[in-house]
Amino acid sequence: MDVVTLSRLQFALTIMFHYIFPPLTIGLSVVIVFLKGMHLRTGESIYDTAARFWTKLFGLNFALGVVTGIVMEFQFGTNWAAYSRFVGDVFGSALAAEGIFAFFLESGFLALLLFGWDRVSNAMHFFAALMVSLGGIFSSVWITVANSWQQTPAGHELREYVINGETYVRAEIVDFWAMVFNPSSINRLTHVWLGAFIVGAAFVMSISAWYLLKGRHEEFARRSFVGALVLATVSSFAQLFSGHVQAHAVAEHQPAKMAAMEGLYETTTAAPLYIVGWPNDATGTTTGIALPGMLSWLLHFDTSAEVQGLDELEPIYGKPPVWLTFQSYHIMVAIGMMFIAATTLSWLLWWRGTLYETRWLLWFWVTSIVLAIIANETGWVTAEVGRQPWIVYPTIVDGVAVGGLRTSDGISESVTASQVLGSIIMFGFIYIMLFVLWISLLHRKIMAGPKIPGEHAKPGGMADAAADIVAHRDGLASPTEDR
Amino acid sequence: MDWNLLWFVLLGVLLTGYAILDGFDLGVGIVHLGGRDDRERRIIMNSIGPLWDGNEVWLVTFGGALFAAFPEAYATAFSGFYVAFMALLAALIMRAVSIEFRSKLASGLWRGWWDTTFCVASLTASLLFGVAVGAAIQGVPLDRRGILRTSILEQLTWYPLLIGLLTVALFAMHGSLYLRLKTGGELRDRITRWAWRWHWAFIALYVVATIATIATVPHADDNFRRFPWAWGVVVLNVLAMLNLSRTMKTGRPMQAFVSSGAVIAALVFLFGMALFPNLITSRPEPSHSLTIYNAASSTGTLKIMSLIALIGMPFVLAYTAVVYWAFRGEVELDEHSY
Repeated sequence: MDVVTLSRLQFALTIMFHYIFPPLTIGLSVVIVFLKGMHLRTGESIYDTAARFWTKLFGLNFALGVVTGIVMEFQFGTNWAAYSRFVGDVFGSALAAEGIFAFFLESGFLALLLFGWDRVSNAMHFFAALMVSLGGIFSSVWITVANSWQQTPAGHELREYVINGETYVRAEIVDFWAMVFNPSSINRLTHVWLGAFIVGAAFVMSISAWYLLKGRHEEFARRSFVGALVLATVSSFAQLFSGHVQAHAVAEHQPAKMAAMEGLYETTTAAPLYIVGWPNDATGTTTGIALPGMLSWLLHFDTSAEVQGLDELEPIYGKPPVWLTFQSYHIMVAIGMMFIAATTLSWLLWWRGTLYETRWLLWFWVTSIVLAIIANETGWVTAEVGRQPWIVYPTIVDGVAVGGLRTSDGISESVTASQVLGSIIMFGFIYIMLFVLWISLLHRKIMAGPKIPGEHAKPGGMADAAADIVAHRDGLASPTEDR
Repeated sequence: MDWNLLWFVLLGVLLTGYAILDGFDLGVGIVHLGGRDDRERRIIMNSIGPLWDGNEVWLVTFGGALFAAFPEAYATAFSGFYVAFMALLAALIMRAVSIEFRSKLASGLWRGWWDTTFCVASLTASLLFGVAVGAAIQGVPLDRRGILRTSILEQLTWYPLLIGLLTVALFAMHGSLYLRLKTGGELRDRITRWAWRWHWAFIALYVVATIATIATVPHADDNFRRFPWAWGVVVLNVLAMLNLSRTMKTGRPMQAFVSSGAVIAALVFLFGMALFPNLITSRPEPSHSLTIYNAASSTGTLKIMSLIALIGMPFVLAYTAVVYWAFRGEVELDEHSY
């Protein structure tokens, strides 16, 4: 394989693994701030118990987010040197702002949050949780702004600069705020935040639902579950709206991406909206179950409106990989719809008082964390694959693409295919190891459960009793087991 | 106002902050295996438990600032030393997760594995930082575009390796001095002995490295002719080193630690002096060098970043101070420790 393909594969691998963690920690940090705030206000010990339990899990997730995040920052330089030269003036300043404003805030107060329980006052500890949460949210601002600028560049000019008498061209900022508030920043940031809240809520509901099914820590689990259900419901419905606004923006600024998302090979009036489908590049058609005219209606509020297809768009924008863009987009949407249905149904049952007896629905919520992470990942796959072949999207002037940077022109000049292959194998090994350890440590912490004063474990069955004994024994052997 | 010069200085400040702060926690990692039993090793590891993450942010911010202020230098260095950077990433990841995972299981085999990983990864990272500094001082063959196209084997000569070893000794000494502030009793006595050993190793390597630099690196002293006041820093460096030895003898651990921090700051300054005005010195063709002028972002961006730094840095210093204050004093193992 060539350097371009390998570098893209490596970037996909490292960013997708990294992106398991930021939404999880951002979402969970919001939950922790809420719990700490409630404890501070009401003084009820259940909130303190819950905050301690979720913070323990938060710490583990955060550590993985940090170590996989350093890779991302280095990788722009190691694998995408030509891109870095082209965008450094714009992208670099957003990244530096992220370091100074967000990472220091996050890491400083994280120390107080994780290790400061007995060292600082309750109010200070709440403040630390708030700052960690803000730090996470700030960092999502800057990195999403930088990425949005690549999708819908604004506030910059292409300018020449000279090295050793040779002239080269790069993007330079002329209007900082226009760059920050480029046409897609706000939409995409909202979408990213809501996605993170859903992941955080799903994480809490997944573990709480499991406790409920097993009859463990029930009071704790019910409170956590309902709290997270509020967050999940609000975020899921808001996400539907945000997604709709987002789709409009994509159709306006990146129509080729929109066409790929819906597998629209030819310009069509009354364009259909697929529920499921299979785009086929060879025949240039998409087959599947579709709602006729709905795409036209969603984009133009008119079921017979014309929507441009790849036949018209490809000569201008180039052609993104259709199948992958289509499927990842549809998986994201399908999961989003499932969340809307499941949250609504959960409230209905809650109101009738049978929520906690509806075991199949609780089992759905146990799996919801996996679904939420998949939806976040596939959303990003849609955004990043759908903008190909561009790493920085061009501006269209009189039907001609100007000013962008093609992905194939962004790679490092001096790096060879064998070097990239070597680093992919290295990251592959390390990440598989990290993933296995992460899952098994999460499992142990979940098995051990929250430390509820005065509660004795009520094992739900033989297997659970055995698991509890194991957890208990390990706890005795190592008092440090839970940090 | 020379914004390019300002950003050269600010990068120096970030690098100094990083070298002093992460320097001691890398050093703690290097000497970690000296802990005799599980409790000692936990004390050693937990001495940096709440701090290592914040310390590493200095590196992340240095990287981001280099990208933003001098994208040409960032792109050339990171892609030109591809294999070294991948090794560094592996080391930083393994180091961080060994802290996170080590004490989670009681098994001796498990803990032994992560103890060793913690040590090897800290050692590797320190060595690589030193090698990078050495290679930068020595100069690398850039082409006309300012791109470095050589293999890892051509890059690894004895001089960068020597600077790498110097860095390992420096960090190990610095880390041991830090541990003296965080421990007590018999463990502390032993750590003091390690500190002495690394202190002598550092002095020996420092003398060798100075001679090697003067003998083999042309123009390393050019800037001292341009800026005679820079000799003052050399004098301060020597004084800090003497004070370090003195306070180790008289048993003032805080002063000794601060002195070794001052030694690190002085060495980063001398590194800057060896480079200026280059960011990546080209050799054998010096005209291909990437300087703080031809490798820089536009002046507009440098100004925006200066504003960001002006607003942000006071906060950064405040958080750092609060956290170090909250976790001052000897390590106490509790249920939140690693």
